[in-house]
Amino acid sequence: MVPSSPFLRPSAAAMCAMPFSASAKPHLIYLSPVDAIIIVAYFAFVIFIGFYVRKSSKTVSDFFMAGREMTAWIAGLSFISANLGSLELMGWAGSAYQYGLLAVHAYWIGAIPAMLFLGIVMMPFYYISRTHSVPGYLHLRFGNSARAFSAVTFALMTTLMSGINMYSMALVMKVVLGWDLNLSIWLSSIVVAGYVALGGLRSAIYNEILQFVLIWAGALLIPILGMIEVGGWSNLRRQIETNLGRSDYMHMWSGLGHFNQNPMGVHWTGVVFGWGFVLAFGYFTTDFLVIQRALSARSLRAARMAPIIGAGFKMMVPAIVILPGLLALSVLPFHLLPEGAALATGGHSYNEVLPLMLVRYCGPGLIGLGVTALIAGFMAGMAGNVSAFSTVWTEDIYRAFINRGARDGHYVAMGRWCTVVGVLISVGTAYLVQHSASIMDYALQLFSFFMAPLFGTVLLGMLWKRATDAGGFWGLLAGTGTSIGLWVWVERAPSALRYVALSSDAKGMAENMYRALWAWIVCVVVTIVVSLLTTPRPTSQLAGLVFGETEMPAAEHAEWYERPLFWAASIFVIFIALNIIFW
Amino acid sequence: MPGKRTIWFFAGLLLLFYGVVILSAGLWEIRFPPVHPPMLFELHAPIWWGALLAVLGAVFIYRNNGRQQ
Repeated sequence: MVPSSPFLRPSAAAMCAMPFSASAKPHLIYLSPVDAIIIVAYFAFVIFIGFYVRKSSKTVSDFFMAGREMTAWIAGLSFISANLGSLELMGWAGSAYQYGLLAVHAYWIGAIPAMLFLGIVMMPFYYISRTHSVPGYLHLRFGNSARAFSAVTFALMTTLMSGINMYSMALVMKVVLGWDLNLSIWLSSIVVAGYVALGGLRSAIYNEILQFVLIWAGALLIPILGMIEVGGWSNLRRQIETNLGRSDYMHMWSGLGHFNQNPMGVHWTGVVFGWGFVLAFGYFTTDFLVIQRALSARSLRAARMAPIIGAGFKMMVPAIVILPGLLALSVLPFHLLPEGAALATGGHSYNEVLPLMLVRYCGPGLIGLGVTALIAGFMAGMAGNVSAFSTVWTEDIYRAFINRGARDGHYVAMGRWCTVVGVLISVGTAYLVQHSASIMDYALQLFSFFMAPLFGTVLLGMLWKRATDAGGFWGLLAGTGTSIGLWVWVERAPSALRYVALSSDAKGMAENMYRALWAWIVCVVVTIVVSLLTTPRPTSQLAGLVFGETEMPAAEHAEWYERPLFWAASIFVIFIALNIIFW
Repeated sequence: MPGKRTIWFFAGLLLLFYGVVILSAGLWEIRFPPVHPPMLFELHAPIWWGALLAVLGAVFIYRNNGRQQ
């Protein structure tokens, strides 16, 4: 039995003191009328925004690209908000409790270099080519085969990811608030489908700004109060090392020299090349869910600044996600458990760390704001997936292969209906993933299947003139096939992990990183070999698509402090400094 | 046709509303302290956090009160 604690509010303390029984487990938080007002106001507000922007979302450009009129700040905050889904908030807070400071890699090496690379190197090609999507770029660069393959796999992935978001949210609402799983899934679906179908990308982006503000307003108080309670960073570090009897939880790099010297069971090569390079670059530079936000910017400079501004805020997210997980290691008087063990014993799982810390420090009103922050995070991720799905389906599948010559209004109507259908498919997926052992694993598997090889194809497409249409298509196919093949191999014979991750000490997380790395390598090698064996396009057809054949617009008359390169360099210097400080 | 308000205006509106509600809840808690208070209750976080949100919201509204075409 977990000891009851005077440090928890009564609901949580009562739960901790209860005999272990999954069915008898009460929920963590009891909402007061003030909390209910805050949550209801949020739902009302997001629907209102959908209605407010509806009239200005009548053309294809309005509905799918938000009229390409967003400022750098709006595009940048929307970029990062769409990325702050349920996995970001709940998953990595739990991972911080499980793996310590190593979880910060998800936000720093696993994001910052890739986002800066997108802003400085890749965004000009996306923006200048005037593409509406990543499959749209593949169409311009590699032709219809690569576009069709990429559009179908992306549509599949976004609906699966949206389902994950939905299920995660419903699960949290059930554990934290005692809400019925079906109620949460359908309520969130109807609200998201409502505001995205009404106002398209503009509505999604505007709501993402609100969600970004709410996430910080609701979540920042936990680390502030937590640090006051433990007495600062040095005390936190000392207490964790004393509680756990080991020091590797509080270092980011010093334990990565060998698989068995850190709680995550990974090697620095996997973190740097698998996670930091292939997975992160694959996600941030090719996942249309986030790219779409940058493409909605009003100018090339704003589009380049969007991921750079996003990177600046991304670097700060560990304060509201990782720090609460570390604080829990220090102040919670009981141990959190893996999901399966928590279900079996009635204890708390790693994923409950954020709500547990919320209930520890917050009373009525602040609890409502914290729960709203969680709901906002879930809905931002879900809406991001749904709006991206709607664009890719309508523009890259329906318009490209089914109905080419219709008028603008027809495609906007298709986009609205497609939003609703995408949400319904996501609901189906949400019920499917209930049988998945680990939601985080499920998401990383999807990224390694589809994003890692796509990154290889897009990168070669942008930087290598000699890459041919056939090379792009077969490389993408081979990379995706390799990733899925490796996954099947390890599923059937778990001992195969030693070959995939190149060590018998490798653990599950290493599999995702190395699988992504192999998929990328195979994609790049096959693309190069097939390209060298086939005839390249004339260079005249590559203008605006490839490095060396793209004329960059003359530098805008911006002061040095307004230039993307200055901000990217500044953020990169801070990124290096932070890694050294927490080495 | 009148222009639209920017999203920052609405963000301010939401922050102001939440700030006022949370500040009020904090003041209520001083008058009627809860039976099982949360950790660090003596810091009265809802009061200063609610006030901060309300001020931020008011600033956002003031600075983005115009309409854009």
